[in-house]
Amino acid sequence: MLGEAILKGLAVTAKNFAGSFVSEERMTTVQYPEERIAPIENTRDFPVLIYDGADPMAGLRCVACQICEKECPPKCIYITKSADKKPDYVGKPQFYPTRFDIDISVCMSCQICVEVCPFEAIKMDTEFELSTTDRFGGLLFDREQLAKSNEYYHSIHPTEAAEVDARLAEEKAKTEAKAKAAAEAAAAKAATAAATPKEAPAKEPLP
Amino acid sequence: MSFIQSMDQIFITLQHWIAGLFPLWLQPAVMAILAVVAILGAFPAIFAVTTVLERKGLGRMQNRLGPNRVGPLGILQPVADGIKSLTKEDIVPFTADGLVHFLAPLVLVTAVFLGFAVLPIGRNMVLVNMDAGLFFFFAIGASVELSIFMAGWSSRNKYSLLGAMRAIAQMISYEVPLLLSSVVAVMITGSLSTTKIVEAQSGFTGIFPHWYVFTPWGFAGFILFVIAALAETNRSPFDLPEGESELVAGYFTEYSGFKFALFFLGEYLGMLSIAGFGITLFLGGWGAPFSFLGFIPSWLWFFLKLFAAISFFIWLRGTLPRLRQDQLMNFAWKFMLPMALLNLVVAGAWRFLGEGWQRWIICSVVLLAAYFLLGRTLMRHQKLGPRSYRYAE
Amino acid sequence: MIHGIGIVFLITSAITVAGALAAALLKNLIHCVLCLSITLAGLALLYLQLDAQFAGFAQILVYIGAVAILVVFAILLTRGAGIPEYRNVSSSWLVSLVIAAAIFALLTWAVIRSFPATAAGAAPGATVQSIGSALMSTYVLPLEIVAVLLTVALIGAVIVAMPESGAAGKSIEKGGAQ
Repeated sequence: MLGEAILKGLAVTAKNFAGSFVSEERMTTVQYPEERIAPIENTRDFPVLIYDGADPMAGLRCVACQICEKECPPKCIYITKSADKKPDYVGKPQFYPTRFDIDISVCMSCQICVEVCPFEAIKMDTEFELSTTDRFGGLLFDREQLAKSNEYYHSIHPTEAAEVDARLAEEKAKTEAKAKAAAEAAAAKAATAAATPKEAPAKEPLP
Repeated sequence: MSFIQSMDQIFITLQHWIAGLFPLWLQPAVMAILAVVAILGAFPAIFAVTTVLERKGLGRMQNRLGPNRVGPLGILQPVADGIKSLTKEDIVPFTADGLVHFLAPLVLVTAVFLGFAVLPIGRNMVLVNMDAGLFFFFAIGASVELSIFMAGWSSRNKYSLLGAMRAIAQMISYEVPLLLSSVVAVMITGSLSTTKIVEAQSGFTGIFPHWYVFTPWGFAGFILFVIAALAETNRSPFDLPEGESELVAGYFTEYSGFKFALFFLGEYLGMLSIAGFGITLFLGGWGAPFSFLGFIPSWLWFFLKLFAAISFFIWLRGTLPRLRQDQLMNFAWKFMLPMALLNLVVAGAWRFLGEGWQRWIICSVVLLAAYFLLGRTLMRHQKLGPRSYRYAE
Repeated sequence: MIHGIGIVFLITSAITVAGALAAALLKNLIHCVLCLSITLAGLALLYLQLDAQFAGFAQILVYIGAVAILVVFAILLTRGAGIPEYRNVSSSWLVSLVIAAAIFALLTWAVIRSFPATAAGAAPGATVQSIGSALMSTYVLPLEIVAVLLTVALIGAVIVAMPESGAAGKSIEKGGAQ
């Protein structure tokens, strides 16, 4: 019958209207600045640089390999590699970025820089209330603004950070084990070389 | 006069008192000016309330809150909207026809305000008591089409022109059912004057009123009138000419700032005046629905009925999707026109069958049969089965 | 001396004549149509002044609401709304002036001849009711003939606008292509 569907539709809308006053689950509005929905763990907004330890600039994991700068699709990362090496968090001399700027007005949050970084140095943050009234550079973040501690990374992406830390620790353990094995082999070699010096000339002919 | 009657006539007494302060030769002009000022003040205020009601009502129907930041519960939102539209830059396109572009909203608002002159808001409360009052209202409504054309053509924008042509086609098509459905009320009353039509509905049998909507032909006429009124004022579900997703903003694409606000005002005031007319013709105007509720002033009844009509229009807007242009035209010419003509015949038969229960049965049966048959022909070519989906592999 | 010329009549007739002059002299056709609407509105005001409410409102409803829109559509669907290419004053303006003066003289003679010898008494009430009863009793035959005429015009318009279909259409297309 003509008009039957209209009446059914009117009944649905009336139920919605009446229900919005009485039931909580019908009204899904979140009054934004006063209430906020907590972001889920995999939220990504803009990249930040992770540092270990207490000193942000010394503990930066970034070694200025510039892979993220090359892979960034809108080319919003600007890196200048240092000329010298500085000791990092564990004391090993590394290159470091003297300038690491990200223009977040250009950044499209694609996470490619995170995916290609071999050093787990750049990760995605969940902060989005970054609007500013400075038109001429307020959205160009430099090294100091981008440095966030590893504890902060744990607080925003717990599972991911735990996994990264586990992997880094495992690699560190492997390098240490390899170094220890190499040191032991060298020590054993030095010991056997000291014990049998006459065997050396017989091994002259090469294949 | 008793208290009830003095409350009923309070605005008339106020008008006479103020006019009494002026010399005799100036009094008719002063009374007319006072009534005009009252209309100019009251109806835009109702328009402001309507915009808030609409946004909050639509929001609640769509499971969200409406605006709630400006003022308690958002009721001062129209003030914010008004300030915004007054302070926006008035952009006129370079190739636009300047004079016509400027005059189009003025013509619209003037025509719509003129239509309020024959609306009986309460007992003895009509601005001009014309013999052909109804005819005046529809004539002025027809002038609105000209302003829409002026708006669409002067912008020199093909989308505006397309929107204006569609709007005019829609308004012309629905003008005929609008007029025909209101003619039944005129036939039974015997006069074109709006005050006489309201007075003819002011009797009671027992506690039930003599409103025309409670008769078979009146009910059909009322439904047809409401549908045609929605189409005349470009209101959802007939708002294709101004659909944002189709035509940017249709015929007022190139308008900004205060002129846009004037178009908005004209459209909503048109909706209010045509709702007022529907109330006058079919819902008994300023009459009370039950005889024991007569102590409430007549103008208050009119505004309560107007509020109910507006709420119904907002409810319809939140429920129905937009009609396509060809669906619109089909509906007007193939369903509403035959129904309106048949309604005329039925109303005439009602008049000549005399009092009694037979005329109720005969008229209702004829109208219901016509409704079913016409509805079936309208839905015949639609393939309304369950949808089938194809997904990419 | 014609009685009853008031200030309102002068203003209304000034508007009407100005609109008509503008409709004849303007270059842009759409502007001409809009000035024509002003003229029609002025005419409606004149009818209202003479207390002919039905005629006045019918004038607005039919002429401004329908005929003006029709003229606008006709202009838009042909080429008329573009840049005007024709001169405003035709080359045979003397002949047209003579013809216009002749028609004006004829109309004036007809109007003056219809004045009554004495001033008319109270104006006859041409209320809507009297018009209606006259249409149904004295003038019912013209009413029906006008209805038939309108139906014929509607059917003719539908036939002219209907797309050609079948063999007749194909042969016309082939003939046109050759």
